Amino acid sequence: MSEPEETGKYFHSVQLIEDKCKGCVTCIKHCPTEAIRVRDGKAAILEVRCVDCGECVRICPNQAKAAVADTLESISKFRYKIALPAPALYGQFRGGVKPERILAGLIHLGFDDVFEVAYAAEIISGRIREILQQPDRPMPLLSSSCPSIVRLIQVRFPEYIGNIVPAASPMRLAARMARKHATETLGIPDEDIGVFFISPCPGKVSAVADPVGYSKRFINGAIPIAEIYTKLHSFVYNASDKDVTDHLCKASGVGIGWGRCGGEVLAIGAHRHISVDGIHHVIQIMEEMGRGKLLDMDYIEMLACVGGCVGGVLNVDNPFISRRRIRELASQDSPSESDAAIAERQAQLLQTVTPDMLGLDEPIEPRPTLCLHSDMATAIQKMEQLEEIVKTLPGIDCGACGAPHCRALAEDIVRDLAVETDCVFKLRERVHELADEMAELAAKLPPAMGVLGKGPTKDDDKGNSSTAGTEAGS
Amino acid sequence: MFRIDGGDFAGAGAVSSKIKKILQHIGTKPEIIRRASIATYEAEMNVVIHATMGEIALDATPSIVHIRILDEGPGIPDIDRAMQPGYSTAPDEIREMGFGAGMGLPNMERCADKLDIKSVVGIGTTVDMVFRNE
Repeated sequence: MSEPEETGKYFHSVQLIEDKCKGCVTCIKHCPTEAIRVRDGKAAILEVRCVDCGECVRICPNQAKAAVADTLESISKFRYKIALPAPALYGQFRGGVKPERILAGLIHLGFDDVFEVAYAAEIISGRIREILQQPDRPMPLLSSSCPSIVRLIQVRFPEYIGNIVPAASPMRLAARMARKHATETLGIPDEDIGVFFISPCPGKVSAVADPVGYSKRFINGAIPIAEIYTKLHSFVYNASDKDVTDHLCKASGVGIGWGRCGGEVLAIGAHRHISVDGIHHVIQIMEEMGRGKLLDMDYIEMLACVGGCVGGVLNVDNPFISRRRIRELASQDSPSESDAAIAERQAQLLQTVTPDMLGLDEPIEPRPTLCLHSDMATAIQKMEQLEEIVKTLPGIDCGACGAPHCRALAEDIVRDLAVETDCVFKLRERVHELADEMAELAAKLPPAMGVLGKGPTKDDDKGNSSTAGTEAGS
Repeated sequence: MFRIDGGDFAGAGAVSSKIKKILQHIGTKPEIIRRASIATYEAEMNVVIHATMGEIALDATPSIVHIRILDEGPGIPDIDRAMQPGYSTAPDEIREMGFGAGMGLPNMERCADKLDIKSVVGIGTTVDMVFRNE
């Protein structure tokens, strides 16, 4: 194996449930980073390429892909437990449920405190506004809030890592603020504090366990929205008003708006901007950027799930219905608030945190997984072989070899991860050749039998295959 | 070697995407890939806009990436003038589609480490772009 696949280097929430996988080719065809191969009848994920977007979880007809995350029980390991609800959580309840009921529900589930990621999102919005004012900023700036998109850029578009906005994710800022409050104001030892993100997607679960752009972890775990939903639902709809206080509820509509696609650009007041949702659409926009287009754009909001975070696979409700609900919550406080007023509020909020809490503390490294070999001369040779192999493959991209298309199989062959006869058509060709050869051999007779047998004689021998035999026999 | 058809706006960009993927496969530095992708796309669009057909050839070694675009077309009568930003001979209907803004050759010059254009009016144009992998 020329470039061994590294395992265990990256944490992935998205996992295969072997028993359920039938080895069909659905997921390999839809994976945006070509990170899945069917091996031994099961869909194997190539760790280095997977960005935890959850497309395979969504598409698998046998529910054989799942997002592995923490359970509610895991919070009991800590003395002081803090929940960080994603803005998407507010979109999961029908019937005009107010955020304070949902947040009170989290306390009811066993958390000691709740810190809204939507509140941190408002502060990060203010930080991004500042960055947008810098004259030497890259254009366009790319949103850093969706971890699957950041990983997609590392894997497929590393040439644009420099365009990723150097702002912390709202989730991270929320964790730091909540932790700071608990240690400094309440005097709780840091090691006693368990901070848990209530996650709408596997991308965030992986970002909690293995953050990109940050050296230190501040979040202890991530619990899927779907995991706590039933218990939360029961409280939200049944609790009496006296069990619900509004002191936990600090986020404005602008911050909650981050839960859907378009909320971020509204919050940062970017003038020339694009909002893209759905990882396949994001790839199209990145390709457009790669052609030198969109250089006049200030900001591109890119989210891996259709609809934004409300579209994450760990949510419960329909993403389009949740999106509408987020939109309502986002505008209900002050529907006509001007952008200047929003900017002013964000600027004040920015004063409440220290600058080190607002940025990345580690460079985002490229993860160029397409490279065929670390030595370039060898890689060029392999590239030439790849082109030759592609020409011999049928080009119908059937996926039966376990790779998403013929070119990907050729790539696997030059990487020594597959062989040509993995292609059923090439295998059939080989079997055909072998059958011909067998027929040819079967027609041959030992010299001693040449006269008696009905086999080839000098009269009916048209082929040259048995010439030797007849000559010897005559 | 990849073929480009003149006037094929729907397929435009496909060849530069293939070139980009090859450069990624051989481990070209991201920064070179960024510049080479933009320049190749501009060159491909020039063939689509102006020429009847063309070919793009990629020759890569560990030290350089050489991309040659060869077309059969009207040729460029005055290369110096064509290099000026904003100068374009693209017809109005193509400009209306958002192409032919007169930034193609200047962008290619900005992105490539070396740009060399040879053109014969009425025959065609050959563009050589070199990117140094250092």
